[in-house]
Amino acid sequence: MLGMDDMLAVEGVSVAFPGRLVLDRVSFSLARGAFCGLIGSNGSGKTTLLRTILGIETPSAGTIRIAPPASVGYVPQKINFDPDMPLRARDLIALGLDGHKFGFSLPLKSRRALVDEMLAAVDATGFADQRIGNLSGGQQQRVLIAHALIRRPQLLLLDEPLANLDLRAVAEIILLLRRLSQEHGITVLVSAHDMNPLLPVMDRIVYLANGKAASGSTADVVRTETLSALYGYHIDVIRVHGRVLVIAAGAPDEVEQKLDAHPAHVAAIP
Amino acid sequence: MNFWAGFFGSGPVQTALVVGGGAAVVSGVIGVFTIIRGQSFAGHALADVSSAGGAASFLLGINPLFGFLAMAALAGGAMELAGVRRAQERDLVTGIVLGAGLGLTALFLYLDVTTGSMTGAAISVMFGSMFAIPAAVIPLASLTGVLALAVTGFIYQPLLLCSLDASLARVRGINVRLIGLLHLLVLSLAVTLSAMTIGAILSTALLIGPAAAALRIARRPAAAIGVAVAIGLAATWGGILLAYDSFYWTPGHGWPVSFFIVTIIFVVYVCSGLRRV
Repeated sequence: MLGMDDMLAVEGVSVAFPGRLVLDRVSFSLARGAFCGLIGSNGSGKTTLLRTILGIETPSAGTIRIAPPASVGYVPQKINFDPDMPLRARDLIALGLDGHKFGFSLPLKSRRALVDEMLAAVDATGFADQRIGNLSGGQQQRVLIAHALIRRPQLLLLDEPLANLDLRAVAEIILLLRRLSQEHGITVLVSAHDMNPLLPVMDRIVYLANGKAASGSTADVVRTETLSALYGYHIDVIRVHGRVLVIAAGAPDEVEQKLDAHPAHVAAIP
Repeated sequence: MNFWAGFFGSGPVQTALVVGGGAAVVSGVIGVFTIIRGQSFAGHALADVSSAGGAASFLLGINPLFGFLAMAALAGGAMELAGVRRAQERDLVTGIVLGAGLGLTALFLYLDVTTGSMTGAAISVMFGSMFAIPAAVIPLASLTGVLALAVTGFIYQPLLLCSLDASLARVRGINVRLIGLLHLLVLSLAVTLSAMTIGAILSTALLIGPAAAALRIARRPAAAIGVAVAIGLAATWGGILLAYDSFYWTPGHGWPVSFFIVTIIFVVYVCSGLRRV
């Protein structure tokens, strides 16, 4: 059920790929205006979950509910833009408005004004007329966010927007997302393999491991009991200077037995 | 004055200007998308395979445009049916279809030469013979060109979005597979037209060369298409003019048009590198 104040409800969603259950009865809900991190290591199903919410993947069980009108913006994982791609930042943003329409769109003043507004909203006005392939990773992310925002979605999904960015760009993108969330009341769900940059801004977390999800406040989810239950073996959660380290102190039992033949200290960071 | 009157008064020259110009326009438009989508090799393969149809039409005594068209559409369909996702596998399938098609070309050209004693067929199919294009081809060639441009204009925006990133397109409800298929169909029409004019082997030059140069110069998709069309037209018409003039350079025989067209395109491409955006 979608609660009165809920933007998104994921109810018992399973997604199976041939020979593999990627998501196993995942459930969580997001209140309107929430800023939620979707955290998990590579291959834990973050992208699959986002694609299922978007309706690109079909769940084998469960339901996705989005508060009407279900307007969802999406920023996909890193796109490798060719430097030869004849497309300016403003052209990519305009495609967010009418890229799905057949025929041509007239270069109306209102259309240009809307693109200019989006450029300003993501601080991209300075490189609006440069080719998308010549921009830095952080600049490309801004343009992709504007591409997703131009249809004024209520829910914004971002797939690893911080990956491959330098520290400064990471901080700038996070500040931008928080500002958009606060000023426009947009519900944000952002995936990341490292939760640390998001800790100051996210008010909720969905942690994915083994195809299962744990969700709640960061304090509830990121602790030894919850994550150990999720991974199925003992996990240590260590907090250092406001940062979180999630460490598997040992390997799972069955692996441990095999390792006994070659005793060595094993520390795996999931 | 005499020269220009002779040039524009000649029937074969008129046909070459019209068909060649049409091929340049269509190739310029489609070529930009072909490069953006990373399908240059597919474009080349379609053109090469279409030569089997061209060769067969000499045997059957039909309009070669039909032969080129049928074979290009067949090859495009085969590539799409293979339905591979990874670029590497796509190149593999393209290569296999290309090999099979060229095998047929070898057979048909051999039969053309041995049984039909059409010794010019090989040169004509592979390298084009613009001054030998029958004027009767113009209506069908125009129809082919207009169809290719109309479809491309219709899917212009979704095609751009698909070419950028498939997932960006999918979330907007675009049928990425259908758009890809339509582009491949249009690509076969384009290479057929240019195979008719400058030959199957060289048609890639008209498809890829002007578009590649345009992508170095233009910053917007529409501008890139405009520049590609302009370069293609300049090369094709300039090539026809030079080939016509070459009859006076070496008495008794002229030089092939295709040589001039491809040379102009090559020079323009090299020069475009000097002015990168």
